[in-house]
Amino acid sequence: MRRVTWRNLVARKVRLALSAFAIVLGVAFVAGSFIFTDALGGAFNGIIKGTTADVEVAPTGAGDFTSFGQDARTIPADVVHELAALPGAADAHGTVEVQGVYVISKQDKLIGGNGPPGLAFDYDETTAITGEPILTREHGALPRGEAQIALDEATADKAGYRIGDEVTLVTPGKNPTMKATLTGIVKFGSEGGLVGATLTIFDEQALQDMFFEGKDVFTSISLTAADGVSQQQLSAAANKVLPDGVVAQTGDAVAQKNEDAIGEALGFINTFLLIFAGVSMVVGTFLIINTFSILVAQRSRELALLRALGASKRQVNRAVLTEALVVGLFGSIVGIAMGYLLAIGLKTLFGAIGLDLAGADLPIQPRTVVVSLVVGLFVTLLAAYLPARRASRIAPVAAMRDDVALPESTVRRRLLIGSGLVLLGVAAMVTGFIGEGGVGLSLIGGGMLAVLVGTSLVSPVVGRPVIVGLGAVYRRVFGTVGVLAKENSLRNPRRTAATASALMIGLTLVALMSILGASAKKSTDQAIDESLTAELIVSNAVAQDFSPQIAEQIRDVDGVASVAQFRQAGPKVEGDQVYVGATDPAALATALNLPMAAGGLSALDDSSVLVSSNAAKGQGYEVGDTVAMKFPKLTDKLTVAGIYPSGGALFTDYLVTLDAMEQGGYAPRDSLLYITKEPAASERQVRAGIDKVLAGNPTVTLKNQKEFADEQKQQINQLLAIVYALLGLAVIIAVLGIVNTLALSVIERTREVGLLRAVGMSRRQLRRMVRLESVAIAVLGAVLGVALGIAFGIALQRALADQGIDVLSVPWVQLVIFVLVSAVVGVLAAVLPARRAAKLDVLRAITTE
Amino acid sequence: MSDTAAVTAPAIDSRPGVAARAVGLRKFYGLGDAVVAALDGVTIDFVAGEFTAVMGPSGSGKSTLMHCMAALDTANGGEVFLGDQQLSGLGDKQLTVLRRDKIGFVFQAYNLVPTLTAQENIELPLSIAGRRPDPAWFDQVIDTIGLRDRLKHRPNELSGGQQQRVACARALVSRPEIVFADEPTGNLDSASGAEVLGFLRRSVDDHQQTIVMVTHDPIAAGYTDRVVFLDDGVVVDELRAPTADAVLEKMKVLSARTVAGTAAGT
Repeated sequence: MRRVTWRNLVARKVRLALSAFAIVLGVAFVAGSFIFTDALGGAFNGIIKGTTADVEVAPTGAGDFTSFGQDARTIPADVVHELAALPGAADAHGTVEVQGVYVISKQDKLIGGNGPPGLAFDYDETTAITGEPILTREHGALPRGEAQIALDEATADKAGYRIGDEVTLVTPGKNPTMKATLTGIVKFGSEGGLVGATLTIFDEQALQDMFFEGKDVFTSISLTAADGVSQQQLSAAANKVLPDGVVAQTGDAVAQKNEDAIGEALGFINTFLLIFAGVSMVVGTFLIINTFSILVAQRSRELALLRALGASKRQVNRAVLTEALVVGLFGSIVGIAMGYLLAIGLKTLFGAIGLDLAGADLPIQPRTVVVSLVVGLFVTLLAAYLPARRASRIAPVAAMRDDVALPESTVRRRLLIGSGLVLLGVAAMVTGFIGEGGVGLSLIGGGMLAVLVGTSLVSPVVGRPVIVGLGAVYRRVFGTVGVLAKENSLRNPRRTAATASALMIGLTLVALMSILGASAKKSTDQAIDESLTAELIVSNAVAQDFSPQIAEQIRDVDGVASVAQFRQAGPKVEGDQVYVGATDPAALATALNLPMAAGGLSALDDSSVLVSSNAAKGQGYEVGDTVAMKFPKLTDKLTVAGIYPSGGALFTDYLVTLDAMEQGGYAPRDSLLYITKEPAASERQVRAGIDKVLAGNPTVTLKNQKEFADEQKQQINQLLAIVYALLGLAVIIAVLGIVNTLALSVIERTREVGLLRAVGMSRRQLRRMVRLESVAIAVLGAVLGVALGIAFGIALQRALADQGIDVLSVPWVQLVIFVLVSAVVGVLAAVLPARRAAKLDVLRAITTE
Repeated sequence: MSDTAAVTAPAIDSRPGVAARAVGLRKFYGLGDAVVAALDGVTIDFVAGEFTAVMGPSGSGKSTLMHCMAALDTANGGEVFLGDQQLSGLGDKQLTVLRRDKIGFVFQAYNLVPTLTAQENIELPLSIAGRRPDPAWFDQVIDTIGLRDRLKHRPNELSGGQQQRVACARALVSRPEIVFADEPTGNLDSASGAEVLGFLRRSVDDHQQTIVMVTHDPIAAGYTDRVVFLDDGVVVDELRAPTADAVLEKMKVLSARTVAGTAAGT
């Protein structure tokens, strides 16, 4: 039996290669996701370890890698002296660190941004727990005073600065833009990799002068243990002398905590990528099931012969599964290699949006290999099992008969199971919408999967009207060739449906995303339209907050009536980080038209808070309740003064005053300014005035309402583009499935092709016939997919109405284009099979057995 | 029909009354020492309005002759004329059009497209060409094959004999200049075979259709006007107005000669 299996593999290499390719793509996605996130994690862990000394001293809770909002707390200088005097301490270095300092290149371009931070701190040679100094001076001299800086090598290179050049900086401090001379180049850690973050080095005094009003204070202190003193001993000794609100932690503990936090954050990227890997695997499963079904069907006589010659059911079963195993193993191994290439691609892609991993390794961990192999093999075997079982049921006597029909499970059973799955899926989705959080989301996801699989089971039946409808068009336009194409796609409804289902899944998700995207964009438009009364908006271009000095300067511009500052941070409520905005309520009232569900905007003062309707629903807040909000410095008990609707112009879950946030310990950094002009002033003049203030600072931009809306919609488009690109892979697998099915059908119908040619069908007509069949399959998949996508899209929009997607918009034109593009894809998929059919020698085809 | 029509004389161009003609036709298979001549210089005329049978033992070249005459295969030497159209030098496109418009086919089995109804199968060559059948002629053909009530049926709902009758109707409905039938009754029981042969005979008698049929069945040959015998790729004999017995007799003589020849050769 083994030899028979092997021979079969070799003999059918082309067909098997196509299924193997589906596995390759799916596994590559899985492996690539893991390799990439491992690389990302490795790079971050390198930074964490490279900046952590034996013992780290900081205000309680400060210095978390994932903390949101600049912590304004500091440690006085005498603490540094006190710690330096500890017997176990070899050295104590007070660090002054500021975030939001960006380097502007020679071409006036911002370096970094969009996620990676722009860091500024004083030169620090303290040995990190890696054994390397945190910083080393590479070239030039260390900076002195506010007019001198050093940069890390990568940043200087990217910005095109050399020692002696004058560097433009953007800072969140009293000088929003400033210039300084580059005196030296430093290297970070041993690798020098910063994952796109930029380093600007000042001397200690200069940082204190610029950002801490000249006070001799530090944001953290790094301690180096003396010989023979452990991290624990030093940390314990330090904690005894530290003032309240400042703690010492061992370097290992700090590194571990931050690595865990990063791991969690990166886990999201991994999950995101793995979802798409899962989609391509499901689509690949259809392709593999189909290929093996067709292979088994074609070989049914041969398999029956084996049975007649004495092979047991199990042997036949095993022979087919062994083939699958070899294909799966081969596909998985190639897939892992492709995954490595994919990870390089992802690295480049993420590098383009600012996450620079140039120096990072792409590690292939044993876990990656094991998971990829298991997934690849499992999917292949699962997909081959059904056809294998059917093959083993072939009666031995079938070998002697002329026409061997495979035993097929009855249509009714398929319909029953399929409809059952659809109902179950819908039920799960409905339950998911009612439920909350992660469970609800996984119920919705699982429900969608069940509906998709169920639909693909019933698609031979529900797809028939689509093909028949298309067939009517074919008959009219293409005559007999069209009729033949339609009949061919109907002659094996299961095969057609399974092939189309693969495309259906991809298109369901594409349609779903396009509906959600369109709805989100329309909701954004509506929110801005309805509630934004300010004419102009200043916002950050790089997801980093900016200096409040900008607001002050804009207030002085002629024609500006009011500037509403808006800040955001992430304090904790009941242990969970929450999204909190801060503003001056009076100014905001002129900038936004905020319909309150309860209470009023004017009621907001330093001891109260406004909450969104979502937060109110989730936490059960009512006006008059108390919210304990844990800021860096203190826990504030705030009274709920009002409830505003979620998803409107105000996108945070809580709103406090600027003072409340500053007193809580967040440095004053604005993220948005709403500018209302005086009625008499012309928008153009006001703009010109503000532009003058912002000149030379590319991190903040001025927009009117429409531009602001466009900017937000642009972000939605970017996200959509990434999702489409990732779904594209699933569509490619589905297209391969169509190629495969057509190629196999052409082989099966060789004799019929010969007959058609003999009675006078031209090669062109034959090619058109194959092409039309391909288009029928593709359009079937597209129509089913778009239909499901519309259903899912409307359902999800309803579910997300609370999250700001409160307007439904179905992009009909785009959906029709998806179907048309699918038809074109069908034409392309048919190129090779059609050519193959047309090339068949008439005489040989018609006399073939 | 006059006796002089059945000559194996050198070609005389486009003589009226000749539907198809082969002149010195050669066809080889294999390479080098293994070359086998399937046709070794066949010259033959098929007269218009006549029902001709081509007979011979297996490997005599009768099927190859038919394939070459019917534009399904190309010869290595010699010439084929359909009417006054010379086949050599025609490309695939022209050959396809020729098959579609001028030739009808009936094969031994798998004659019909399984996804099309009997009627659609019958109309296939015409509809491929984008034409509609002449309704009167279509009716006449349908009545002759006697399957009017089965026109909407798919091939798998028809018996083998019915399928072959549908195939014959398809071959005739476009009024081709010549119909080639390759063992059309080879897969049928004798009753169904008789129906099909009777139908072919009638189409020759009533509508002057030219038919060339390859067969090894003397009874089938008995339905024809003329039997041509092939052996080792050459025409060895022919018989006019044959009866099954006469054909059988001739075959016996031929096979004895072949056996003797083979014995003498070794």
